[in-house]
Amino acid sequence: MNIAVLLKQVPDSQSVRLDPDTGTLIRDPADAVTNPLDLCALGAAVRLAESFPETDITAVSMGPAGAEQTLRHAMALGAARGILVCDRACAGSDTYVTAIVLAAALEKFGPFDLILTGLRASDGETGQVGPEIAARLGLSVVTGAEALRRLDSGEFEIDRVTETETETIRFSLPAVVCVAKGIGPAPLPTLTRKSWARREPVAAVTAADLGLRPDEVGLKASPTRVVKILHPRLARGGERISLTEPNALDRAAARLRALVEEGGPS
Amino acid sequence: MKVAFFAETADGKITRGAWELLAWSRTLAAPEKTAAVIVTPSIEEAQLQKLVSSGARHVFLCESPALDRADIPACAAILQSFCETYRPDVLLGAASVFGRALFPYAAMRMKTGLTADCTGLETDRQTGLLLQTRPAIGGNVMAVIKTPSHKPQMATVRPRSAPELPPYGGEPGSITRFPAPDSQSLPGAPRVTASIRLTHGEEIADARRIVAVGKGIKREGNIDLARRLASRLGAALGATREVVDRGWLPYSAQIGLSGKTVVPELYIALGISGAVQHLAGMRTARKIVAVNTDPDAPIFQVADLGIVGDLFEVVPRLIDEFSPKTK
Repeated sequence: MNIAVLLKQVPDSQSVRLDPDTGTLIRDPADAVTNPLDLCALGAAVRLAESFPETDITAVSMGPAGAEQTLRHAMALGAARGILVCDRACAGSDTYVTAIVLAAALEKFGPFDLILTGLRASDGETGQVGPEIAARLGLSVVTGAEALRRLDSGEFEIDRVTETETETIRFSLPAVVCVAKGIGPAPLPTLTRKSWARREPVAAVTAADLGLRPDEVGLKASPTRVVKILHPRLARGGERISLTEPNALDRAAARLRALVEEGGPS
Repeated sequence: MKVAFFAETADGKITRGAWELLAWSRTLAAPEKTAAVIVTPSIEEAQLQKLVSSGARHVFLCESPALDRADIPACAAILQSFCETYRPDVLLGAASVFGRALFPYAAMRMKTGLTADCTGLETDRQTGLLLQTRPAIGGNVMAVIKTPSHKPQMATVRPRSAPELPPYGGEPGSITRFPAPDSQSLPGAPRVTASIRLTHGEEIADARRIVAVGKGIKREGNIDLARRLASRLGAALGATREVVDRGWLPYSAQIGLSGKTVVPELYIALGISGAVQHLAGMRTARKIVAVNTDPDAPIFQVADLGIVGDLFEVVPRLIDEFSPKTK
């Protein structure tokens, strides 16, 4: 079974900060991590490989040169190789174009039976690229997998949680599966595996290598455009009570009671 | 501008998210330009009547018992065939588990753009384009996005962000049934083989009062303190991602960007510092009370009442305040 795992390098969500003057995102390359749900996608692949030794895992990413780190990390955790689509021409691609580029990479280095990725990236939070790739490749897609099983029949099953129920979905490969965190990340790498992943070359490809013209990628090819960025004011300028003040607890309780009564019955 | 929305159903009923989309559609377009598209294994007749009498002037229904909600390619093909006939300028869907798989699949098939998880929609006066507002960078900023030259302009819309559905006294809409295109299912297409209804998924999303806990609660055993306050107030119990990640409360209790968006009358944040991801899910609550030891915690910036102090001192006093005998 050939598995592709799609991973994205993202800013560490704990350290996302905004420049208070310009309101722009402060991106520190040292704070880049692999999107946590993509590591769960890799975890699902690694566990399948444990049960089915014929499994081969390819890690694929699109991003700046630094995203090679994400692929090396994936290789240390179990991928046999890493492929980085790295091309300035792809800068500014929205999810539609990103999916077209990644689908082209999957076609070039595939065919893959199973394409795994995280349900969403912690930076963009769109969750669109997985289903868009499936549509581009004409494959089925199942999203939100909290568990993934291969049945004796050769079919696969996932469990997921929707707004109103937990459900099991059965499907055949080939398919794209977008995983949630119930899947769990891959186990920690061994030292041997880590040092192999450090030395092993990562294939870098451009949009042209994938047969895409410059006008098919990047910002100019993207159907969606950011018109403007708004900075909503957070502050409500509320009342403050500190426990160091006299009668603070009584005052706090009285204020809360007033707020509760103001809001009407529960 | 012709606006269509995808009206999701569950157990034969139109979902809450779909009613919210009707409200959005009516703020964007005149009634005669508002359409609903329904792709479902079955829907109750009364629900259709309610839809056409609430301002959905054109309802397009593909009802087929063989449809499976897990078969995204088949559902997307039907949605595409609707769009090719009706040609809406704008197509809205709910940012539900289903909508967030269906819409990107359909957008790629129709070679158009899609904006995820919008919290605001309006028409650009100059261009007539749909302006789609969504939280970005963990809800820290709002990005306004447009799809200038592709049709339909597609967006999924975050639950509970819609204006109230205005009353409708106009002409009732019409219902047009259309068949599913021939055999769109791939071999071995995904199908739901088992489902169990959640007993308390919506509890938090619907609650008028919420008591939520963050890392400051320190231990799983301390959750009970928050639960007692919640029970005194008739409130639901919610949590930040850190608390859910530690397994102290189920994911259904998670509030924030990767959990639920809530808009209660009263939100009491206990030991929550106020990471932007959490604020994104609760900052539109009508009144917010925060208890935290750190006077600089960002949660205080959105609080109407900020109590700076140890929650283990404050909460027992609040539980006391609302004990049955003092009331």
